[in-house]
Amino acid sequence: MSEFLRVAWLVVRKDLRVESRSKELLFTTLFFAVSCVLVFAFGFVRGGRAVDGAAPGILWIAIAFSGTLALGRAFERERYHDALRGLLMAPVDRPAIYLGKLVGLLLLLVVVEAVVVTMVAFLFQAPLFQYPLRLGALLSLGTIGFASVGTLFSAMLVRTRSRAVLLPVLLYPVTIPVLIMGVSGTAALVQPEPDLAMARLWITLLLFFDVVFVTLALWTFEPVMTE
Amino acid sequence: MSRRLFPLLTGLSLVLFVTAPIVIVRAPYESTMGLVQKIFYFHFPSWMAMFLAIFILGISSVIYLFRRKPVADRLAVAAAELAVVFGLMGLITGPLWGIKAWGVWWQWDARLTMAVILELILVAYLLLRQYGGPGSDRLAAGLGIFAMANVPFLYISTEIWRTVHPRTSVVPTLPVDFGLPLWWSFAGFIVLCLALLSARGRLEEQRAAIDKLYLALEEE
Repeated sequence: MSEFLRVAWLVVRKDLRVESRSKELLFTTLFFAVSCVLVFAFGFVRGGRAVDGAAPGILWIAIAFSGTLALGRAFERERYHDALRGLLMAPVDRPAIYLGKLVGLLLLLVVVEAVVVTMVAFLFQAPLFQYPLRLGALLSLGTIGFASVGTLFSAMLVRTRSRAVLLPVLLYPVTIPVLIMGVSGTAALVQPEPDLAMARLWITLLLFFDVVFVTLALWTFEPVMTE
Repeated sequence: MSRRLFPLLTGLSLVLFVTAPIVIVRAPYESTMGLVQKIFYFHFPSWMAMFLAIFILGISSVIYLFRRKPVADRLAVAAAELAVVFGLMGLITGPLWGIKAWGVWWQWDARLTMAVILELILVAYLLLRQYGGPGSDRLAAGLGIFAMANVPFLYISTEIWRTVHPRTSVVPTLPVDFGLPLWWSFAGFIVLCLALLSARGRLEEQRAAIDKLYLALEEE
């Protein structure tokens, strides 16, 4: 088990080191997320006031869109010079590689989400920071659910020609439950009279989703990636 | 095996579908909805056939991914296409009923939402098979497993999200007059689904055989 985690950590460290030198993924994803929220602001702020109840949806759509962008690039570096084959040929557990990739992406998305949440709270006058812990739980569990499916699909599609189109086509329908749970949970927190019991229900459901889909992804990564 | 199974299943579904209108016409009118309620005898079975197809898709995806049996892959394609077709039937009969019963074509109700999302996932599966290029069979198997695992989550999340659709729990409690035509067409749809499944699976099988022959010819 410790060997498994060590391998995963090595993959995370490799990705972080590459990213810290180029900052390509971080800057492009951040810029995309910011412009995404701004586009929503132009669409949903009328007469200086945000449309009622739009904030949770906008928050989660911005996360889903920028998450897809990051996921699409996640295995891009491994495509060159047969790096993916090298990674897969390493005498280690393959699910550990998947886990490392997932954790690396999650770290990136945490930074992006911090910016997106702050922007949505300011631009749409939403009391997002009223219950920081609950919102944090919703965001982290939702992101894990979204990224766990996304990392697997992104890895699956590395070798296909039309991967840029196919990733969102496959990812959005499968992760719609995450979006419903995330948006409803956030809406329960920011509505005029917060419904904490409802928020807790959605958090629990997200937890179940994560457990099932991370397990499934770890289980299918090996056979899906075998050539 | 499927060569003998197909005529048998087709014949059986033909008998069931020819006799179904008679059984449905003889059923009494529902007190509030009248004639429109009879859509139900085709609406509910088409969804059940879709769920059967999704179940077959998920199971055969697991078998293909871990055992690499080509039969399972062929069965998965056939099941995915059938799930889309039966889902489409449900999506067409649903609004036809809804406009009379609720006064609107569409509502963002739990069942309807779930139906649309499932249809979306299945179409995505077919797109992957069509445009994924070489190796997409394994990717599709992965997606098939995720599609099946998604069903309970979609069910729960949409159920809490909204509900106006009548609950499925009314089905077992239906009076016999309504129940007989329902289960009659239910049997018809399930048998038809299996018949088409065997035919479509066989088509894939022959396609694979032709591909193999072409390869052999090129090698000579």
